[in-house]
Amino acid sequence: MNKTLKLVVDGAEMDVDGNMTILQACEQAGAEIPRFCYHERLSIAGNCRMCLVEVAGMPKPVASCAMQIKDLRPGRNGEPPEVKTFSPLVKKAREGVMEFLLINHPLDCPICDQGGECDLQDQAMAYGEAGSRYHEPKRAHDEINLGPLVKTAMTRCIHCTRCVRFTTEVCGVTEMGSTGRGEDAEIISYLDQALTSELSGNVVDLCPVGALTSRPYAFAARPWELRKTETIDAMDALGSNIRADVRGRAVLRVLPRNHDDVNEEWISDKTRHAIDGLGRQRLDRPYIRHEGKLRPATWDEAFAHVVAKLHGLKGEEIAAVAGDLVSVEAMYSLKDLLGRLGSTRVECRQEGAALPPENRAAWLFNPGIAGIDQADAILIIGANPRKEAAVLNARLRRAWLNGAEIAAIGPDVDLTYPVVRLGAGPETLADAANLDWVRETLARAKNPLIILGVGAVSRPDGAAVLSAAMGLAESVGAVREDWTGFALLHQAASRVGGLEIGFASEGGIAKIYDDAASGALKAVWLLGADELDPSRLGSAFVVYQGHHGDKGAHRADVILPTGAWLEQPGLYVNMEGRPQLALTAALPPGEAREDWAALRALSAALGAAQPFDDLAGLRKALFAEFPRLAAVDAREAAVWSGVPAAEGGLSGAPFAESVPDFFMTNAVARASATMAELSKLARERRGTTLAAAE
Amino acid sequence: MGVNWSRTAKAFLLADFVGGFRLGMKYFFKPKPTLNYPFEKGPLSPRFRGEHALRRYPNGEERCIACKLCEAICPAQAITIEAEPREDGSRRTTRYDIDMTKCIYCGFCQEACPVDAIVEGPNFEFATETREELFYNKDRLLANGDRWEREIARNLELDAPYR
Repeated sequence: MNKTLKLVVDGAEMDVDGNMTILQACEQAGAEIPRFCYHERLSIAGNCRMCLVEVAGMPKPVASCAMQIKDLRPGRNGEPPEVKTFSPLVKKAREGVMEFLLINHPLDCPICDQGGECDLQDQAMAYGEAGSRYHEPKRAHDEINLGPLVKTAMTRCIHCTRCVRFTTEVCGVTEMGSTGRGEDAEIISYLDQALTSELSGNVVDLCPVGALTSRPYAFAARPWELRKTETIDAMDALGSNIRADVRGRAVLRVLPRNHDDVNEEWISDKTRHAIDGLGRQRLDRPYIRHEGKLRPATWDEAFAHVVAKLHGLKGEEIAAVAGDLVSVEAMYSLKDLLGRLGSTRVECRQEGAALPPENRAAWLFNPGIAGIDQADAILIIGANPRKEAAVLNARLRRAWLNGAEIAAIGPDVDLTYPVVRLGAGPETLADAANLDWVRETLARAKNPLIILGVGAVSRPDGAAVLSAAMGLAESVGAVREDWTGFALLHQAASRVGGLEIGFASEGGIAKIYDDAASGALKAVWLLGADELDPSRLGSAFVVYQGHHGDKGAHRADVILPTGAWLEQPGLYVNMEGRPQLALTAALPPGEAREDWAALRALSAALGAAQPFDDLAGLRKALFAEFPRLAAVDAREAAVWSGVPAAEGGLSGAPFAESVPDFFMTNAVARASATMAELSKLARERRGTTLAAAE
Repeated sequence: MGVNWSRTAKAFLLADFVGGFRLGMKYFFKPKPTLNYPFEKGPLSPRFRGEHALRRYPNGEERCIACKLCEAICPAQAITIEAEPREDGSRRTTRYDIDMTKCIYCGFCQEACPVDAIVEGPNFEFATETREELFYNKDRLLANGDRWEREIARNLELDAPYR
């Protein structure tokens, strides 16, 4: 099918795949073709006409994005078709198209947020004529409501329909469309309802003009005054590659970076807009609880208090719990410190997931995130990928578009693609091997994939659920030499990293609760842990090391302020086991320090000084112990070592919705005003379902 | 070794003295170029680049739309702007500072301004006693604009044919 053809681009002959479009071939040849509507990850529309090129023998210029090489006719004597990308005809065509595009485009670049990073601005400078011949009135359009994230100025729209194609194809919500033609052409939203997708922020990046801009970022800065840091997202376990734009010390916006194997070039709205939480509810100085109230203290006082309280405690009386946003270095440093105090009671599974740390295949997204593309039958158990990893859900949707069959055991949720509902609870899972869908579709698929939500293994019968799901994977032939079709869908950015370095102990968080209640546990160290139940820590002395005044800090006896994610460098291992390096984008506020620095200073105060004096030294020790983590951005697959045995059977309770509120899953998001607004909107929407949708 | 009679005659007839007196009297009766500053001031070109001002539209609306082009072009990085949507949704500055001690009066800011909001007016008498007084904020610049609007508008009009 993939026939290689000869093509001449600007005089240079080359061999190209016949299925490629002229635009792709020209890009391969290094010729730049301007475009507005064409986007690599969306379907081809061919309506902006900016990509016109000259093809020898064709009477008119050709839209290169929509013409395949195999459709070009060879010359009279069989010579290969010839494409010219900068002939006088092409120049004239581009100038003409640009003039038409600018007829109705307002000249408001100075007040437009896209100014300075606008495709239309750049291409008008590069390919347009200097002046305008248009003196008639311009048309104007009413704004449309796209929710609190996307600000619209539809008069600026050039009708490339990228937003429509993105929401329809990638997000799977058919809530935008285009109506009218000619001057009346218009992009509208369905019944003027805000977008319901978790990926809606991406339309801002896609829009080649300033018609769709970011509302929280409105008028905040110009692109040239921002300091850009390429880093890693910690809002979910996907490890999306992002770029944080900072002015002064405020992170003003987060944009996606391209990584084909992780997030492609999308990020979720939480990743993009939770950053205003970094400026609120911050812990910017140490606190000590004094007569029931937290009062500000210095670092020395806080350390002295911690040293006094930990003095004389036996190792097993101290435990540490790591939160969802902390880096591997912070966890490693804390584990090292507790080891020096004689304790091995460290725990990163704060929600109580029954994941065996030693069995790596049980808690990795084994086929890899890009592996979803190869799966042709997918069973989702107790998970809502749309809420747990919104960008990953877009990939699942694409798998469905490419023909994969998808079924689910768990709560009935809208995943933006049709799903066969097999059942709601573990009883369906126990009997799954006998279900028609599993026998007919999953077991017969070439690459069957079972996705297990972390929520389903965080129940009291979690170990049994894990065992049953892994057993099912084995029985349907999902575990082979070349394919491991079992994937655990994590929600927390730090979880896989914590499990990789063994930041877990026997009994998990439940044992910590029990021992704290019974008094066997005297001190608990919370490393940014806010997702646990602080009321169950009994009368233990609680140190909270973190960045936001959230649940953990309210319970704390001593608060040690540290930088949040984006404010300190660190490794994050995403759900497929890919270590990625996050960098410092902004500085932590006030007296807050980096996690490892606070722990290193405390270790000296405790008389158990750690052997490293800088982050490089810490990393050296970390990599010596866990060499897998040193291979940044390289994924090492897990070895399937059988199904873990589980004590106790499955309970009858159905799998619950694992993420009740997508916008409120961590301390940063809970402090964010944008997230609060989105959460409110989502709750209202749930209350009043559209009559037309029913 | 003869006597230079002509020089001797000039010396005895006080020729240099008379010539100097003539020159002195010539300038004595000519109009004076020196000015009695500050009571008198010299003429200024309409393009004179003096103290900055932020202008308003005739209806009182401030012109500046926070596009930040002046901030971007300023070679001395003397301008600092912060912006956010105003209540009516329009784009406005919340902060417009010019550090007059950094400014080199190149006029690039007024060249860059798409709405003629920031201008360098005809005022050159803004010396201060302290450094801090030269850190202008938005209120000060708008007040300058209000005070000098007539002169600024006239200068812009005079210069318009050449732009």
